[in-house]
Amino acid sequence: MQYLRQRVAALLFTLFVACAITFVVFNVIPGDPALLIMGTEADPEVLDTLRQTLGLDLPLHRQFFRWVKAVTKGDLGTSLRMGQPVAALIKERLPVTLSLAALAMVFTLGFSVIAGAYAASHRGRPIDFLIVIMSQIGLAIPHFWLGILLMLLFSLRWKLLPPGGFVQWHTDPRQAFLSLLLPAVALASHRVASLTRITRAAMLDILSQDYIRASRSRGISHTVVIYQHALKNSLVPIITVAGMQFAGLLAGSVVAEEVFALPGLGRLLLQAIGYRDLPLVQGIALFMAVMVVSVNFITDMLYLLLDPRIRYE
Amino acid sequence: MAVIWREKEIAARSRAKELAALFKPRCRTSMTVSVCLGTSLLLIVCALALISYVKIGPSPNVMDVRARLMVPSRGHILGTDHFGRDLLARTAYGARIALQVGITSTLLAACLGVVLGGWAGYKGGLWDEGIMRAVDGLMAFPGILFAIMLVTVLGPGVFNTALAIGAANLPVFARITRGAFLTNRTALYVEAARALGAKPSHIVWRHIMPNSLGPVIVQATVTCATAILTEASLSYLGLGIQPPHASWGRMLKEAQPFMGRAPWLVLVPGLAVFITVIGLNLLGDGLRDWLDPNNS
Repeated sequence: MQYLRQRVAALLFTLFVACAITFVVFNVIPGDPALLIMGTEADPEVLDTLRQTLGLDLPLHRQFFRWVKAVTKGDLGTSLRMGQPVAALIKERLPVTLSLAALAMVFTLGFSVIAGAYAASHRGRPIDFLIVIMSQIGLAIPHFWLGILLMLLFSLRWKLLPPGGFVQWHTDPRQAFLSLLLPAVALASHRVASLTRITRAAMLDILSQDYIRASRSRGISHTVVIYQHALKNSLVPIITVAGMQFAGLLAGSVVAEEVFALPGLGRLLLQAIGYRDLPLVQGIALFMAVMVVSVNFITDMLYLLLDPRIRYE
Repeated sequence: MAVIWREKEIAARSRAKELAALFKPRCRTSMTVSVCLGTSLLLIVCALALISYVKIGPSPNVMDVRARLMVPSRGHILGTDHFGRDLLARTAYGARIALQVGITSTLLAACLGVVLGGWAGYKGGLWDEGIMRAVDGLMAFPGILFAIMLVTVLGPGVFNTALAIGAANLPVFARITRGAFLTNRTALYVEAARALGAKPSHIVWRHIMPNSLGPVIVQATVTCATAILTEASLSYLGLGIQPPHASWGRMLKEAQPFMGRAPWLVLVPGLAVFITVIGLNLLGDGLRDWLDPNNS
């Protein structure tokens, strides 16, 4: 319990620091955010009204606390360009990004755990070598390039899948799934590669332990030893990395969304940057950071359930 | 004085031993293979970057409307893009930009990160708490997001891109250095040096630092690869390198509408990123095995 309290305190503090960093990036580094938004040739009067609406005439620390107070109430400000609350805009786009991240994560976990376990149980054989090389390649392929190549083959050449765009889930679930397929594969490529390596390393570590040899000598079948005994015990590093990857996916899908023209959070962020809509950019950035911190926190908590040996007291 | 001399001699001798151990041919073949392969791939990219400095062949930004979207031929070895610009020259210029951004941002991140992490690890206490909490906060922003945020306020361009990517990669270096400093700070040899009357600055620079740099060097090769990937992503999004300059990410973006007619336009820049990144990763893997003291 005490550990939990400590972790929650640390979580809140990290969130506060993330707020501070976002504030510094968007309100302190530019000098005058109003100038950044309107450009240097803007009318001084227009600039003044903008400064007043954004509260830029207050001293910095008052601006900061006013903003943090609003944020804790769930008010991320109002978009300059679209005139809607930032939180509402995020909520509208979130399902696309979330389903893309979830699908990519399903591919990642499904593929890499099996490939990693298989490679580890066939250590030194050609198949192990092949999996290691493939993961090295997967780590180096830029995922948006892979996305473009997939689009070139599957959409333009073979016309099997839509070349981008998105149909909402509630209008046509099948079409929605199909349009997420290629971007999810592209996004997963890098993560599959790294998670396969992690799984393989963790499994090799476990497979060299005495209790594995003991269960082998008791005549338990190879499959059971590998997939029940060894894999179960190497779950902790796998979950750690997978959690980090999922957190990264929520924010890292910006490029994939741009390649496949998916109307998710990432594209909203890019549009906001294009319009110099700083409140919107700031809101999305903070939202993504909060998601990352929360996912990491949940991963941390998962350990407690997964591994009874871990007891932080 | 004499004491300090003795101590310096011992330190020098042990460092010489370390270096000798480093270059002794004790490496497994796979290690050597990955270092060699990685280095040769990187040499190709460097050669490509050098081409862009030597003025032979077509210039990367000269447009030729009559020669739009030409297939690879004698005049244009890799073909031309939708403005009739030579693809090889542009890829070479992209190599220059990628290496510039990769190296600058990595150096930036490594220098700042090592100083911050080292300070936190050596001083401990409130310094450690403060610096590491800030680093934790930075880590809440995945690399590309923080780079995007910074580029938004700093504006695009080669240096700003490198600055943004460097800042995004700083936390990793701070963490690694802090960890190494924490373990080395209480090590016996540091205590011995202190007992002999060595000054703190001497201990940090001559003893702890050389023993903490191994992981930092390995991380630097990996970070350089990530930085090049991030630069390509930023430029693809239109936030990094601005036209008319060629950058691999930018070239991919511009080629995408024409990829049905001219697939080589999307193949070449992506392949260039791939070769660079895999070269750096292989080099990093090899170095990791080489520099890891637990691996003899």
